[in-house]
Amino acid sequence: MRIQKHPILQFQHGKKVAFTFQGRKMEGYCDEPIAAALVAAGIKVLSHSKKLKRPRGFFCAIGKCSSCLMKVNGIPNVRTCVTRLEEGMVVEIQ
Amino acid sequence: MSIATNGIPTKKEMEKVFPSKKLLARGPVVIVECFQHIPCDPCAASCPSGAIMPFEDINDLPEVNHNRCTGCGLCIASCPGLAIFVVDITYSPTEALIKLPYELLPLPKKNQIVSGLDREGQKIADVRVDKVVRTKNKTSIITIIVPRELAMVIRSIKVEDQQNG
Amino acid sequence: MKQYDIVIVGGGPAGLAAALIAASCDAMVLVVDDGLQLGGQLIKQTHKFFGSISQFAGIRGIDIARNFIRDIEQSPNIKVLTQSTVTGYYEDGVLTILEGLDGNRLLKVKPRRVIVATGASENMLPFINNDLPGVYGAGAVQTLMNVYGVIPGKAMLMVGAGNIGLIVSYQLLQAGIQVKAIVEAMPSIGGYWVHASKIRRLGVPIYTSCTLKEVKGKEEVKSVTICNIDKNFHFIPKTERELTVDTVCLAVGLSPLSELLWQANCEMAYIPELCGYVALRDENMKTTLDQIYIAGDVAGIEEASSAMVEGQVAGLNAAASLGLYHKEYAQLDNQFKKELAQLRNNTISEAITRGIQKANCKKGEAHVYCH
Repeated sequence: MRIQKHPILQFQHGKKVAFTFQGRKMEGYCDEPIAAALVAAGIKVLSHSKKLKRPRGFFCAIGKCSSCLMKVNGIPNVRTCVTRLEEGMVVEIQ
Repeated sequence: MSIATNGIPTKKEMEKVFPSKKLLARGPVVIVECFQHIPCDPCAASCPSGAIMPFEDINDLPEVNHNRCTGCGLCIASCPGLAIFVVDITYSPTEALIKLPYELLPLPKKNQIVSGLDREGQKIADVRVDKVVRTKNKTSIITIIVPRELAMVIRSIKVEDQQNG
Repeated sequence: MKQYDIVIVGGGPAGLAAALIAASCDAMVLVVDDGLQLGGQLIKQTHKFFGSISQFAGIRGIDIARNFIRDIEQSPNIKVLTQSTVTGYYEDGVLTILEGLDGNRLLKVKPRRVIVATGASENMLPFINNDLPGVYGAGAVQTLMNVYGVIPGKAMLMVGAGNIGLIVSYQLLQAGIQVKAIVEAMPSIGGYWVHASKIRRLGVPIYTSCTLKEVKGKEEVKSVTICNIDKNFHFIPKTERELTVDTVCLAVGLSPLSELLWQANCEMAYIPELCGYVALRDENMKTTLDQIYIAGDVAGIEEASSAMVEGQVAGLNAAASLGLYHKEYAQLDNQFKKELAQLRNNTISEAITRGIQKANCKKGEAHVYCH
């Protein structure tokens, strides 16, 4: 969900870009982190804990907690909350 | 219960910043509901008539010289804590005028009826919007007309329109 | 290998302020930040700042950040690297920086001085299902809302009534998100009373001596159970209440991000008043390593206003230690230190002042404080 009107801020987004998440076509903006585009699209689960496979989601937004680590363009353990979204990115839960 | 436990100033605290009956009878009065020593002084810097006295130490509580206050309300928009109000109980025999800071959407329109809320966010009465002033720093100053006896009670409004979701 | 006079690790309020003052001393400066853009926590602060005019009081944080960033971009002495992580500072004076989508580019620079302004990270809170998607750090929600215009949920519980909890709650209301309640474990509100008052006026309840006990939901937050606690922080039986929310925001304190300082072998100490492990420093913000200075939350959790001034002290003095004196060095040094004292001259800052005294080491004397 995206904010349409705000009393203080004016959001000037960059270009809209297309990417895939788990094979699904999605859209986001080229000046936001991958994880923000996923949250905007209502995606809650970004990864799972190693042992008990508990669902994990966006938490710290500064690349420190490791809940947002995903496979991007085949590269594992990408910190999606501090990585810019690019056109054609292939984003997967690893 | 005190402002430190629930964010609501006690009667005793309010008495420290309440203007006297004499002052209230003269016209618009500024009321600075600021009770804590924190490093902050933009209110004094914003006052064009020097009614909010310059701070010796920025942690001081604001001191108001009501003789100088014209009720212009510039301080309302400058306060980072949104703690300043202008009240005029001489508006009419039964009504008072309140200027308050507002930073939500939607902004009300002139003559719109909105809910008047007390310091706990409870609706106390329907009130009429008299003026909406948008300022450069995006804190709007809303003038509302309220029943006179609620001049020291109403401190916020709720505009009945769905905000963006 | 590129040589710089000063490399500043972290482009938040402290780092940016340090960069600008150091550049005005003719130092060649590199600012490295691991975020998508400069500004740190400043670019999300939609509220008007406190302090006095020299700390930009009355101006919204986002505007302060914008001005800083514009000044940095216009300065020929300052180079900026974003989406880059500093990974170490070594005995030979080399600073390593990791770049790229998969961190596949390693840069090495040789700075004569380093200012570590890496800020802090949010603390976690133990409660049942605290790892469920929908539980966010308050700073993260602020970033999503105010930087990217993304709404993380419709109805929220805020945990913590310090300044961050109170401010973010207000910003949530501004973004059209419902804040069902704020719970605070301590018996009183920790943040500025004016922040509390303005959200109370909008109908948000604040429950003190109350905390989050459990989050319910399978793959995401569906509801929460809050519970009163006694003065020993034990749950009081039969005081549980359930609230239907889809998001939980944790604003339960910050801890300095000190890893780089440990790795570089600065003398560290655990100082509770500064909220964690911090490097010992002198009044010029220099650590026990002559090459390393600190500023901002990494030096002790405080406020953005003090972060900016500490950045100025560090930047001014790091440059001076290289022989790069500002034209008005003495006057500025005095002025900045006076401003810091003023910002801390109140009851709320008593603990911080104690903490800073514990963290201060005289020149050449490393005094490790053990708690």
